[in-house]
Amino acid sequence: MSAITVPPSSDRASTWDRVRTYRPPNRYLPIIATAALFVGLFGVGGMRYDGLTDPQVLLSLLIDNAFLIVLGVGMTFVILTGGIDLSVGSVVALSTMIAAKTLELGWSPYASMAAVLATGTLLGLLMGLLIHYFDIQPFIATLAGLFLARGITYLISVESISIKDPTFTELAFRTVYLGDYYVRWTAIIALATVAVAAYVLARTRFGRTVYAIGGNEASAMLMGLRVAATKVGVYVISGFCAALAGLLFSLYILSGNSLHAIGMELDAIAAVVIGGTLLTGGRGYVIGSLLGVLVLGIIKTLISFDGTLSSYWIRIITGVLLLAFVIVQRFATRRRA
Amino acid sequence: MPENPTLAQRVLRHQLLWPVLALLVLLAVNVIAKPAFLDVRMQDGHLYGNVIDIMRNSAPVMLVALGMTLVIATRGIDLSVGAIAAIAAAVACTRIIGAADEAALSTAVMAMTYAIVVCIVLGAWNGLLVSVLGIQPIIATLILMVAGRGISMAITDGQITTVNNPWFSDLASGFVLTLPLAFLVAVGMVVFTALLTRRTALGMLIEAVGINPEASRLAGVRARTIIWTVYAFSGLCAGLAGLVIAANTNSVNANSLGLWIELDAILAVVIGGTSLMGGRFSLAGTFVGALFIAALARTIPNIGIPSEVNYLFKAVVVIAVCLLQSPKARALLRVRRPGAPTLANGVTA
Repeated sequence: MSAITVPPSSDRASTWDRVRTYRPPNRYLPIIATAALFVGLFGVGGMRYDGLTDPQVLLSLLIDNAFLIVLGVGMTFVILTGGIDLSVGSVVALSTMIAAKTLELGWSPYASMAAVLATGTLLGLLMGLLIHYFDIQPFIATLAGLFLARGITYLISVESISIKDPTFTELAFRTVYLGDYYVRWTAIIALATVAVAAYVLARTRFGRTVYAIGGNEASAMLMGLRVAATKVGVYVISGFCAALAGLLFSLYILSGNSLHAIGMELDAIAAVVIGGTLLTGGRGYVIGSLLGVLVLGIIKTLISFDGTLSSYWIRIITGVLLLAFVIVQRFATRRRA
Repeated sequence: MPENPTLAQRVLRHQLLWPVLALLVLLAVNVIAKPAFLDVRMQDGHLYGNVIDIMRNSAPVMLVALGMTLVIATRGIDLSVGAIAAIAAAVACTRIIGAADEAALSTAVMAMTYAIVVCIVLGAWNGLLVSVLGIQPIIATLILMVAGRGISMAITDGQITTVNNPWFSDLASGFVLTLPLAFLVAVGMVVFTALLTRRTALGMLIEAVGINPEASRLAGVRARTIIWTVYAFSGLCAGLAGLVIAANTNSVNANSLGLWIELDAILAVVIGGTSLMGGRFSLAGTFVGALFIAALARTIPNIGIPSEVNYLFKAVVVIAVCLLQSPKARALLRVRRPGAPTLANGVTA
């Protein structure tokens, strides 16, 4: 007989044991990881660079990345269904161009904004219809969208057009003070978009169908869910978000240019992935994408604070982060595969 | 299908019919717009003319699309080719500038060899992520697509690097046997790959992996090695394309070199009739597809439209080709090649 093993401690676990063995629900782990990464980067940066800990830096992060947050929201919907939208960068460029051109033609700023939002939504609708009703892969349909939007942008003008409309400039510079600190309207619009999207995903029938399609489209169909409307719907949402992001971007730089936002779709996808959304669909949260954008933003801020690192390090570090998160995702879901 | 189809039936059913027709229509449009479009003249022992330019300009897309064809045949995708092309150009140009004798032949050869080796390693890295770690191809290669331009800028230190080496610039502007060298390099690669895949079992194995990796593995195909190889090959092709582009301008701009070439390459592959679902591929189709894209780029200014608008036309082409390939239309046209799908069915049954 072997020696008697130490009996387990009493049935009622002590508080320490409960703290020690506490595991947050699995589905929140990616978001917690991203949040921890953000806090870590901010903490390390705060120790190294004076002035980074100023709350205004955090608010500026929101202001400077408002358009990317909105893009990330739209992309989250698409990726949750297991799709992808490569057209968003081009749609942003197209939106800035439509806004600039219509204003130059003397349209009212509100008509101009409506035209931008309508164009983006329509493009998203077209891509969604191609994807669902003709079984064209999301990747290739949105690739066509990328070419189409960029082509129309060049068709409108190959030159840069600046925006001088008083309503636009006022919107761009209007600030909201929170004590000594301020945010711009664009940041508030972005946060509102996140809130609305989070509500839609968590609390509505549409949101549940999005997750169901990402989990297993065939099952969702057999369950009698409205797969067609939802699948087209996510591309409409993505198109709308891209147009809204384009508006925020045109407020940010006050010009329309066909060379704007090249490769921005990659930033949006990277933010969503770093935010913990599974690329195979079915799992993820918009709040994660917001955190993903903030992580990318804080890296840019750190590099600009440092001053010795060149801007191309942003891309390399983004790639490394993307790699790390994709590999972690892969191992986290290995059993499901 | 009848036992002995007539010649007309065989032509109508041939998978190259549509891409070749599209290319011919494009050339016809050009001739209508400018009757002298097809003129080719001899000058200093080289051929000159629009057609020759189209051949030369098609080389980079043709090279990238060649690698992409095999990757797509394994049901993958390689988004990183543009970034790899930029890295190849950056490596080659910095090596040439750093060499003792900037204009020597040996410098050009060494720099290009070095760049190609780097690109094969990068392709193998993509292959590692896809075949060993099992990450979706679109995501695995997205990583290098995002990071690659940063790496390329790190190599060139963010500068537009200009080189002065006649041997290197010959890669883009040189002529051999009166034809552009870049085109001959691309055609050589296509022919070499065609022989390798169609005269050996390699092509069939690649298609088997594309139809069902698990089934092909159970049938004794080394799926992992094959996937790894095609990504490394795609890296090699992308590197060659990057060298051709850099040689054309004798410089490298890490930001813009090869921008969107992955999309052009995918377009060429899709036009050529290779299914994005994997499992079958057509190198001849890709060849025609690449020529089509180069011809399109030349057609648009020729008929008096600003050349930037060619994105619009590409979008129309992508949508048209995809609609032609969508199951409903495909059933009508019956362009599907019989045989290949039954292999997978037999294996899984």
